[in-house]
Amino acid sequence: MNATIFATRLAVGYGHRPVVADIDLALSPGDLLVLIGTNGSGKSTLLKTLAGLVAPQEGELAVLGRPAGSSPARVAYLPQHPVSSHTLPLRARDVVAMGRFARRGLLGRMTRDDVAVIEQSMVRTGADLFPAEPLRDLSGGQQQRVHLAQVLSCQADVLLLDEPTAGLDVNGRRLVAELVAEERSRGVTVVMATHELSDADSADMVLLLAQRVVSKGAPAEALTDAALRECFGFTQPH
Amino acid sequence: MDFLFGPFADNEFMRMSLLAVCLVAVTCAIAGTFVVLRGLAFVGDALAHGVVPGVAVALLVGFSGVLGAALGAGVMMGGVGVVTRRYRLSSDTAIGLLFVGMLSLGVIIQSRSDSFAGDLTAVLFGEVLGVSNADLLWQAIALLVVAVVAVVCRRPFLLLSVDEGLAATSGFPVGRYHNVMLAMVALTVVASFQTVGTLLVLGMLVAPAATGALFGRRVGSVTAIAGGVGVLSSYVGLLVSYHADLAAGASIVLTSVAIFTVCAGWVELRRWQAHRKDIHHDHDQPHFHEHVHLR
Repeated sequence: MNATIFATRLAVGYGHRPVVADIDLALSPGDLLVLIGTNGSGKSTLLKTLAGLVAPQEGELAVLGRPAGSSPARVAYLPQHPVSSHTLPLRARDVVAMGRFARRGLLGRMTRDDVAVIEQSMVRTGADLFPAEPLRDLSGGQQQRVHLAQVLSCQADVLLLDEPTAGLDVNGRRLVAELVAEERSRGVTVVMATHELSDADSADMVLLLAQRVVSKGAPAEALTDAALRECFGFTQPH
Repeated sequence: MDFLFGPFADNEFMRMSLLAVCLVAVTCAIAGTFVVLRGLAFVGDALAHGVVPGVAVALLVGFSGVLGAALGAGVMMGGVGVVTRRYRLSSDTAIGLLFVGMLSLGVIIQSRSDSFAGDLTAVLFGEVLGVSNADLLWQAIALLVVAVVAVVCRRPFLLLSVDEGLAATSGFPVGRYHNVMLAMVALTVVASFQTVGTLLVLGMLVAPAATGALFGRRVGSVTAIAGGVGVLSSYVGLLVSYHADLAAGASIVLTSVAIFTVCAGWVELRRWQAHRKDIHHDHDQPHFHEHVHLR
């Protein structure tokens, strides 16, 4: 089995109540899965489950051939609202550097390669323009660029992105699309939750969620008028 | 000069006290950095009071007060964990319950005997001026252990302090490293209470580290500033207590809080000056729209 993410009859949720059930996935290296749905539809819960932050309730789930959360150095997760303590005014560069901790573990020393990866990641997202600025002094969009650089610096095989374009302007949204395309071209599997239907254009698979799987498949198959009406109560303007 | 150095040059007990309190200050600076950054001040307070019944039982039964304090801290940490997990109560509520319960238990045990009155005072306020070589050795070992733990766990501790989710997805189990951090704080409290007392050890944990957090941008710089403030407070506090005949432990902690207050005031002044500078800059260079006239 070459699937980077493989799930059968997966149910995700908190406590004893599943938020979404009966999820089947088989993603290969370089695939892009886009999760679309209303607020509370289960997109973030599914991403957290794939990241190993929430235990699956039912079914089977393997990420890179192992239980979710077992390969921290190979899976990078960008939460919907990245938390960074404002008690410690960490500089943007230090926040990005934390993305390398999973690879270096408890005691491994940061090498020149690590420094190069951190610099490169910041250049890719534009965070290199304010490397020494405290994160708390940056705008929401600039903070998101720093967190994107942190995720990229992981050099992961699986990227889990929860609304990565939130708070970004048009240029920022274009940047995210370019970064996702670049990562996929080097074989990274990307799972992205979004509210933007246009983000699904380049996806290999779309999962339309509304506390259940409304539709699944290639964008044209999953985002039909009937499925969108069932999920959101309206159809996509043509 | 004699005013500044005389008390320490002339009295061996003052030199011993200064050395002991400096060891406490550096130990508290390391642990206190994470207490402040992770918001564990209430836990630190609870641990400081949780040792009281342990020490009381130790005095009653006749074994080491340090061992009793360690047992008390262990019961406190374990109790908070059980209440939080089993009853889905917030950790604040669990800490509050255990905190008052343990403190009351300690006072009740000590109240069983009149001879405990002096001991209780020593437990609460410490015996800064009665430090022995054994106390110094024990404090030095505690400092070494706390420093090693902080260095080895620097990455998970930083992640826990800024983003628990990132700690978990980076392969550092949150529960495990949170417990290691609590154990480090507990060791600091147990090792320090004989010198500065359980009531005042919290001040040494929080005030210097809070001062460090005003200026530091990295964990290392916060700890370094906290250590400097702690050592300075120790020296000034002991000096003031010697000349003014005041309680030594309280003088040290009050000095560290005073340093924080002065530093916080200075930071506030700098912000105000920067704000005024921005306003003047805006007046000197009016916005473009002020010169635009539509025809």
